[in-house]
Amino acid sequence: MAVQEQDLVGKPPRASLVNDPKVRGLFYQVVLVAAVVFLGWEIVHNTIVNLEKRNISSGFDFLSITAGFGIIQSVIDYSETASYGRALMVGVYNTIIVAFVGIILATIIGFIVGVARLSNNWVISKLAYCYIEIVRNIPLLLQIFFWYFAALRAVPDAREEPLSLFGVVFLNIGGLWAPKPIFESGSSIVVAALIAGIVIAFIVKRWAHKRQMATGEQFPVFWTAFGLIIGLPVIAYLVTGMPISLEHPEFVNEGPILRRGFQIGIGTNVIPEFIALLLALSVYTASFIAEIVRAGIQAVSHGQTEAAHALGIRHGPTLRLVIIPQAMRVIIPPLTSQYLNLTKNSSLAVAIAYPDLVSVGGTVLNQTGQAIEVIGIWMLVYLSLSLATSAFMNWYNQRMALVER
Amino acid sequence: MKTKILPILLGAAMGVAATTGANAAKLDDVKAKGFVQCGVSQGLPGFSNPDSDGNWSGIDVDYCRALAAAIFDDPQAVKFTPLSAKERFTALQSGEVDVLSRNTTWTATRDTGLGLNFAGVNYYDGQGFMVRKSLGVTSALELSGARVCTNTGTTTELNVADYFRANNMPYEIVAFEKADEVVQAYDAKRCDVYTTDASGLYAQRLKLTNPGEHMVLPEIISKEPLGPVVQQGDDQWFNIAKWTLFAMVNAEELGVTSANVEEMKGSDNPSIKRLLGTEGAYGEDMGLSNDWVVRIVKHVGNYGETFDRNVGPDTPLGISRGLNALWSNGGIQYAPPVR
Amino acid sequence: MTDMTDLSYVRTTEAEAKPAPVSTTGFIGWMRRNLFSSIPNTILTLIGIWLAYSIFAPLINFAFVHAVWTGDNRDACLAQNVGREVGACWPYVEAYFPQFIYGRYPVEERYRVDIVYLLFALLIVPMLIPSVPAKRLNGLLLLVAFPIVAFFLLVGGVFGLPVVETSQWGGLLVTLVIAVTGITASLPIGILLALGRRSDMPIVRLLSIIFIEFWRGVPLITVLFMASVMLPLFLPEGVTFDKLMRVLIGVTLFSSAYMAEVVRGGLQAIPKGQYEGAQALGLRFWQMMRLIILPQALKLVIPGIVGTFIGLFKDTTLVLIVGMFDLLGQVQSSFTDPTWASPSQSHTGYLFAAAIFWVFCFGMSRYSLFMEKKLHTGHKR
Repeated sequence: MAVQEQDLVGKPPRASLVNDPKVRGLFYQVVLVAAVVFLGWEIVHNTIVNLEKRNISSGFDFLSITAGFGIIQSVIDYSETASYGRALMVGVYNTIIVAFVGIILATIIGFIVGVARLSNNWVISKLAYCYIEIVRNIPLLLQIFFWYFAALRAVPDAREEPLSLFGVVFLNIGGLWAPKPIFESGSSIVVAALIAGIVIAFIVKRWAHKRQMATGEQFPVFWTAFGLIIGLPVIAYLVTGMPISLEHPEFVNEGPILRRGFQIGIGTNVIPEFIALLLALSVYTASFIAEIVRAGIQAVSHGQTEAAHALGIRHGPTLRLVIIPQAMRVIIPPLTSQYLNLTKNSSLAVAIAYPDLVSVGGTVLNQTGQAIEVIGIWMLVYLSLSLATSAFMNWYNQRMALVER
Repeated sequence: MKTKILPILLGAAMGVAATTGANAAKLDDVKAKGFVQCGVSQGLPGFSNPDSDGNWSGIDVDYCRALAAAIFDDPQAVKFTPLSAKERFTALQSGEVDVLSRNTTWTATRDTGLGLNFAGVNYYDGQGFMVRKSLGVTSALELSGARVCTNTGTTTELNVADYFRANNMPYEIVAFEKADEVVQAYDAKRCDVYTTDASGLYAQRLKLTNPGEHMVLPEIISKEPLGPVVQQGDDQWFNIAKWTLFAMVNAEELGVTSANVEEMKGSDNPSIKRLLGTEGAYGEDMGLSNDWVVRIVKHVGNYGETFDRNVGPDTPLGISRGLNALWSNGGIQYAPPVR
Repeated sequence: MTDMTDLSYVRTTEAEAKPAPVSTTGFIGWMRRNLFSSIPNTILTLIGIWLAYSIFAPLINFAFVHAVWTGDNRDACLAQNVGREVGACWPYVEAYFPQFIYGRYPVEERYRVDIVYLLFALLIVPMLIPSVPAKRLNGLLLLVAFPIVAFFLLVGGVFGLPVVETSQWGGLLVTLVIAVTGITASLPIGILLALGRRSDMPIVRLLSIIFIEFWRGVPLITVLFMASVMLPLFLPEGVTFDKLMRVLIGVTLFSSAYMAEVVRGGLQAIPKGQYEGAQALGLRFWQMMRLIILPQALKLVIPGIVGTFIGLFKDTTLVLIVGMFDLLGQVQSSFTDPTWASPSQSHTGYLFAAAIFWVFCFGMSRYSLFMEKKLHTGHKR
């Protein structure tokens, strides 16, 4: 200390370049850049040398080679004769599907549990507490195994009488079987009617909002929208002569044993790997979301609730119109990171044979031995997904942010 | 600021990193460090499987022990690295393991595109199917419409696709990362069929809740020659790897066993003399001692002994010799002569 | 008022308060208020009770009521031998317990692991109790001396201790080694990155942001695959890493990005006046950080660090996918043992692993909550 004081006192303010913060900053940055470039060059150099020395082929040519393996779930056309690139695309889509549905489901469960956690009802709030504390303190991978292997053993076998929901949706070890809509000619009009209904409903809502702001008169937006969104397509459906039919899953109970049970390719089949992964991901993430929601609601001062009650607003609308909109501002940023976590955690699919990007990519990696390229693709896709989710949530956050008049 | 990370990382790296030296003299490296580093599976009964105390056993493990015996006269001078299907080739390419003895199928891509050399075949395998007896299926051709469980990242996934397509049968494939998970899913009836190398089927059947309820179908749909692998570019090491395997097969053919190897040294049969190094200098040509085969057989046994001990009819796996019998007994195990 | 005082029927003493109605006090009153205050509430309560019953009853049945407690092999846990429904097969866990804790660490060397566990416990407990003095010495011992001692004890090769290959490690040992090393190593890196992200130097800031956002944007599993499959290709010819070491590098890089964000939160919470005050005293950058800013910031983020640690602790299970045997991996690999193969074996194993993880994570999160409350008293602004 003493030495330093002397320094300060003894020397004029602009003594040497060494103590000029600008020069020093520049120096540090140059050193840092040099180090990063050196490290990067070293890695690239080593890799090239290693690849050459070991006769490992490199480059992205393998993407057009025939894959030759089957994939159990695919939303785009895929067969064994398709290319590795196509197989990876199937993986990307499967990742997006499970992440997207998972986010929606996790949000719903999370909000319900979060609100339940604050319930005045002792049983409900303790139940929510138990749910949160149990689920979020157990590794996700373990939960995926639980849902997959424990649930698998609990449902009927592929050839036994399946569990039935209203005789339309069935559940057995082959997954969930539901009717599949078949679109015949003319069905595009129905779809167009649906879209038109949604658009008109949206316009009506904006108009009604404006009018309410201006005149205070309310308009039954909900019922109008309901009529538009449901009614328009139904009318179009009837007018065009019912062009959409449902293909029900077919359960065969005789013939060769392997041909019994639900027939592959008839109806919609949701594979159990998807169900297990979806449940595990959303139940796990929901426990975090619930805590975020609870904290968010508690962050809204109690005076808001009291004021709303004093205005004669009932409990439900208070929550919906007063508390939640304010809580959302606190909730959204941590919610975003939970969505990102869920997307990234969907890569654990590899443990239970759901063909997501990592799982399919792993197979490609093994067949081609091109580790660097495949891992590069993985990271690139997940980075893009993360950035896209962040961007969307930032946009939403800005919309929800406090607008001061 | 980040510059400070690098020295830390590199320092740590140097601390734990093992330097394995250049490609050209693997044997010298191995001799210098005093043991063979052998890549094995993460647990496949009969081939390479650790017991509860961590002792490895199996036909692939015995090959590694034979290699160690030939070099050091000590079958324990070997360390095992369990590798997943994905890691195995990189581990070998990077020199992390000296030899990969992990039920690895010899294919053209692997031999030519990955910078590897296959040292031979220590088990002729083929892909088979296991089903529940209750299905009443007796042939793989009746598997139309079946749900098939298998591992990802192996040739089995491709073979099964080829087979079902060639026979115009619809199927669904459920591919898992690890064998344990395949077994669990098959046991939970997620699939009708479990397919992998036939030897693997016998091994995994032991892990099922009721092994007696399952049967392996007669069809073998692919050729799966399994064998040890080494890195390309070191001919001496490649020779040692090859001839360790050949020596074990030759020993069986000439009737040299771990029990009688000492007295066989006095045999008048010139083939045995050459094999056991009492005549010629075949071991020294490879950089080993001349009694290298004696060491192998004394400590590990000949090929037939390791087969019987690990996978043979008297073991829980109960696999008959079949293709893996000597050529003189109707099989295709055939080793070039020592001469 | 005064002219009413002589009215004789006005009582002069205050009436004794009657006890509140039974229905509003005690247990019954509490139930009425909290559980059955209205019809919807009653319905909710009943649904809640039904849910709790249908979740916990099978669990308790499986784990305790129908469980098998003694036995030597699978026969003890088969329904046909026991003659009733069979739940958890605890003798299997008992038989495998040492493996779950030590992995395949040689039996005669396991005392070394015990010493490490003990040392860790002895150092971490006083560290966690705020009232115990000598935190600085304790922290130094824990973060500097302990890792070195533990490294040599576990790996061996010095003082006549036989070397134990890391491929023989497993179970809880690997879980703890990865989690503790990951968090200890990522803390300093995370602090540097957080400072870098708030630095005035644009390149330093940019590189820090890229580093942090890259690792936060990719899943841990791809990082582990990268560490186990790709890292060997990055290194010069002939240099190879131990597999555990590679995983540790991957985990450290990954968690240092998360740690950086936690620390950044703490740095942002320090009022600007603290920086200005420190600068006015003539402190240099590192002096200011070391003496003024970081002690306050790190204290603020202890709950965040614990949270990151819990996350990392749970994430260590992912190493089983790249073929290492952590606690869960060890449990899974024990399923292949035909001696104990029974229908409830896997459920028992998973339940055991879940219980262990839960105890650790729940304990840590409680501690973090406790610290949060404690810290709040002094720092409410």
